[in-house]
Amino acid sequence: MEITIVTVAFIVFALISLGGAIGVVTCHNLFRGTIWLMVSLFGAAGFFVLLSAPFLAAVQVLVYIGAIAILFTFAVMLTRSISNLKTRFTRLNINIAAAIALFVLLVVGVIGPVFILNPDLQQPVSSVTRTTIDLGEAFARGNSFALPFELASLLLTAAMIGAIVIARESDDEV
Amino acid sequence: MVPLWFYLIVAAALFCIGTFGVLARRNGVAVLMSVELMLNAVNINLVAFWRYLTPEKINGMAFAAFIFVVAAAEAAVGLAIIISVYRNRRSVIPEEADTLRG
Repeated sequence: MEITIVTVAFIVFALISLGGAIGVVTCHNLFRGTIWLMVSLFGAAGFFVLLSAPFLAAVQVLVYIGAIAILFTFAVMLTRSISNLKTRFTRLNINIAAAIALFVLLVVGVIGPVFILNPDLQQPVSSVTRTTIDLGEAFARGNSFALPFELASLLLTAAMIGAIVIARESDDEV
Repeated sequence: MVPLWFYLIVAAALFCIGTFGVLARRNGVAVLMSVELMLNAVNINLVAFWRYLTPEKINGMAFAAFIFVVAAAEAAVGLAIIISVYRNRRSVIPEEADTLRG
């Protein structure tokens, strides 16, 4: 296989996203963990660009890095305590073994036989893809994704109201 | 383009790192961050399958967008629960929130 610019970009984004993920699960200081989470999510945004989904990459940067990672930063700062700095892990060895076993199982059991050994599933079936314009039309058209789209907005509203109710101080409730 | 299984291997590795974080970390906020990593791995898989197998349909992209919405809702409610537990018990360790244990 020849090395193209896409291959190089894929390897760079893979290193960014996997390195950030390892930083998230191993970091002692959780504030740094949120920074590593942003790094990992940025690598995934790069994957979306390579997969010709630029709108999803933009949403990934705006929603995940811009909103969810900031939310985690707030949670880390609001729950700072001495007790959570003592030990980071529970049952470290067995959990590492479980994660590695799951990875080996996925690669040997699913990805290897179905996708690596099958030459039909290596390259895209066509270079023509749907675009962001098609996605917007699908979200607005009644016989496509209009109802799930509205339900998603309802879910977000309910989740935000629920979050406010759960996190509110109990002594000022009416 | 790179073969499809490159993306699947990276997403599987991300998912397993997230699984390890969920199982092993003692801090509730770190557990939620690991859950975000797992959701992200699933999203990479969805978009990769869409691009390689059915690029002429819109479903893969739309499902990935819905995963974004669900992940945002999950993060907001999960962090609210952790802040509430911390306020009541002065702890963010999931094992210590055992009031409902029989």
